[in-house]
Amino acid sequence: MATADEIRELMRTEGAAIAENTQGFNAGRYDSVGDLEDYEDLKRAARSIKEDAIAELPELLDQLTETVEANGGTVYIADDAADANEYIREVADERAADRVVKSKSMTSEEIEVNEALEADGVDVVETDLGEWVLQVADEAPSHIVAPAIHKSRESIATLFNERFDPDEPLETAEELTHFAREKLGEQITDAEVGITGANFIAADTGTMALVTSEGNARKTVAATDTHVAVAGVEKVIPTVADLHPFIELIGRSGTGQDITSYVSLLTPPVDTPVVDFTDDETPLSEFDSERDFHLVLIDNGRLEMRDDEQLRETLYCIRCSACSNSCANFQSVGGHAFGGETYSGGIATGWEAGIEGLDVAEEFNDLCTGCTRCVNACPVGIDIPWINTVVRDRINRDKDTPGEWLVDGLTPDEEDDGAPLQKRFFGNFETVAKLGSATAPVSNWLADTTLARQTMSRVLGIDPRRDLPTFERETLVDWAAARDSQVDDPERRAVLYPDLYTNHVQVERGKAAVKVLESLGVDVVVPPAPSSGRAPFSQGMVATATDHAERVTEALAPHIQDGRDVVVIEPSDHAMFTREYERLIDESAFADIAANSYEVFEYVFGLLDNGAAVDSLSTVEGAEIAYHSHCQQRTLGLEAHTVAVLEECGYDVVTSDVECCGMAGSFGYKSDYYELSMDVGDRLRTQLRDDGVQDRPVVASGTSCLEQIDALLERQPSHPIELLAT
Amino acid sequence: MESKRASFEGSLEALGVSVSSTPESELEAAVTEAVTEPAVGIGLDETVGDEAFSLAETPVTVDPTPVGLREATTGVTGAELGVGDYGSLVLTMTEQASELVSLFVERHVAILHEEDIQPDMDAAVAELDERFTETNGSAIIATGPSATADMGALVKGAHGPKEVHVIIVEEAA
Ligand code: SF4
Repeated sequence: MATADEIRELMRTEGAAIAENTQGFNAGRYDSVGDLEDYEDLKRAARSIKEDAIAELPELLDQLTETVEANGGTVYIADDAADANEYIREVADERAADRVVKSKSMTSEEIEVNEALEADGVDVVETDLGEWVLQVADEAPSHIVAPAIHKSRESIATLFNERFDPDEPLETAEELTHFAREKLGEQITDAEVGITGANFIAADTGTMALVTSEGNARKTVAATDTHVAVAGVEKVIPTVADLHPFIELIGRSGTGQDITSYVSLLTPPVDTPVVDFTDDETPLSEFDSERDFHLVLIDNGRLEMRDDEQLRETLYCIRCSACSNSCANFQSVGGHAFGGETYSGGIATGWEAGIEGLDVAEEFNDLCTGCTRCVNACPVGIDIPWINTVVRDRINRDKDTPGEWLVDGLTPDEEDDGAPLQKRFFGNFETVAKLGSATAPVSNWLADTTLARQTMSRVLGIDPRRDLPTFERETLVDWAAARDSQVDDPERRAVLYPDLYTNHVQVERGKAAVKVLESLGVDVVVPPAPSSGRAPFSQGMVATATDHAERVTEALAPHIQDGRDVVVIEPSDHAMFTREYERLIDESAFADIAANSYEVFEYVFGLLDNGAAVDSLSTVEGAEIAYHSHCQQRTLGLEAHTVAVLEECGYDVVTSDVECCGMAGSFGYKSDYYELSMDVGDRLRTQLRDDGVQDRPVVASGTSCLEQIDALLERQPSHPIELLAT
Repeated sequence: MESKRASFEGSLEALGVSVSSTPESELEAAVTEAVTEPAVGIGLDETVGDEAFSLAETPVTVDPTPVGLREATTGVTGAELGVGDYGSLVLTMTEQASELVSLFVERHVAILHEEDIQPDMDAAVAELDERFTETNGSAIIATGPSATADMGALVKGAHGPKEVHVIIVEEAA
């Protein structure tokens, strides 16, 4: 696990460059896909091509082998890194190669082919400029698409000036690029073997697609007579026509370019003559084009991943990097914290778990807070947070958990071989909250004592700088039970879900929600109900979360059958009901709850849209307000409803557009992540302090967001529903 | 609906790629104007229609030596297809080394027949799919100049050309 110290160090040294670049890519993605009329159709097409290709992988590999061999190339399917390297070393040896030039490929990083070749005395030169900078600096990539993203222009200039001692010191990006181009140009034209990756390979013709901007892959192939393409077996797709959605999506999803400068579609061996670049006599066309081609396809755990129901989706990944760029934590720490041996970012957990093993994945798995902002960003619709949850669950189970005194009794039996102490504490926060309310205000006072804070810090890793929630003595359920419905002739009937926080801590927003719904003619009940399971879910305690899911659906089922809608205040719980429960409970129970649940503003929006009078709510004339939506709410496309309702009530609304508040669930409470959480939060703080925003009252939908904003700003935020209650 | 050509030209402009157009009869003059010397090129007969187009009357050295190529500023080749909505050019790999001539230069001048402009990427890939199935061909979908942002700012001409110019050969009226 990346420690607080490591995280702090990375934020200090690499944070600024990473933040600037990833946020630029991410903003570019929004712009570029916004211009794409059929974006969702293309994503669906891309997903379905990968689904089918992985399902038929063995057949496609056979077909591909046949076509490549018929074209005059060789196919080698390597079991693992050592096997692949041995083959590639033989190829280099047979060609008597002194120099191998290589264009950027994550798969070749995975097998560490450079080291293998260098051990034989072969000079291996990276031709991608970013990758070359890292080779010179002897560093590892921090991003799957832009490997040197963590390095600033100044640091590259210093590196080059020290290392190469040019006549004139290099300074501008222009000068650095030109210098690298010249240096690499000579080495490329001098090399015998060219290694590339392959983004996609069509089984029908043996055509591979290489996506680059610099043109180094083209040079690597054209200037050498022996081409070795290294790719994971999952890169195979059925036909050339299937390339279409990927060509449209890959650049946009990653760096936000509509398309990268070059998409090479190569069916090697290619016709381009192999020339001697020092020849001043022979015309180009008189050189012959005898070329050797080797396609090395690597299994290295992938075929097992294909058989693994939960990890299989990882193989659909096209390595575009959208998940990294859209990830608020990645934007702060980059791939040196958020990655394993090779892969980094959101999907890296899946890759590293499949290729390297759980122990490598564990090093950074906790950095995924499950905010889901990457889900819509992923062009092949991979549920990346779910893969992270599954891996976390497996890591939990892999460990011997001591029967610690503090949370014993908090952990239900199902999680018998369960999670570490801190995870179990947060995962079972329901019990803590119940106790908290029952003993308030004593519990609040006790939790705030120095002794308690120190104990919690030592035993549970809860950061003492973070305020703890204050429990209310009277819960929302108690309050509702003690009063009668205010609606005689209801338009609709609803059950307001008393989530853990609304019920025990943010009781006021619960009361406001009941009043708003009643003003709009809805008969509301607030029955006791178990917590949604979000907390254990985000700790990777899937069995406990499943238990919650089952109990929640049981508790709500009679109300749904009775014709009541389920209205949910807490967006992360609403997301559980409409998204995550699909993974936890059976299909029909999920369909029932998902179809009948509404986020509270989505519901109010629907009521107003269906004719309820806005005058029965508290309205204003042009009052200015700042709104921060919740990440899971945005992923579900529900931000717009709140904005629309607030506007209908007369507010002038400014919304934040940073990906995340930085405090998903219990993340910001943990000592190891407290500073990271505040660093991410700083981006929200900056927006909320902007000109024209700094004097606006702030409203936010999520519990975590409210707590984070409370810690970030002087202004105390509230839930928007509290504005509407009369 | 915007014509394919207008959309193609608009996309090229957005990429910073310059365009000129000419009837086939005046192609030589158009090429002469578009190149910065020293210029090299390859026989375009394979890539631009049936009639062999000779670069003989232009300052372009046809089928240069490798050293000639490396010393050249401009490389002239044909382009097989244009892609309207992206401003991409589909470049083929030939035994004449058009791949080297379009890549190892600072300025690439691509000659494209107007009728070879496809409306969008979908149509272009469908066309390539058909050709590849028949011929096992290769092609580069090239969009704008070579570029990198690895050194801290966007720089054109990373490994390949810094400038691209497209000459559209108009259909005979
Ligand atoms: S998981 Fe999706 S978003 Fe992330 S790199 Fe892979 S394809 Fe791109």
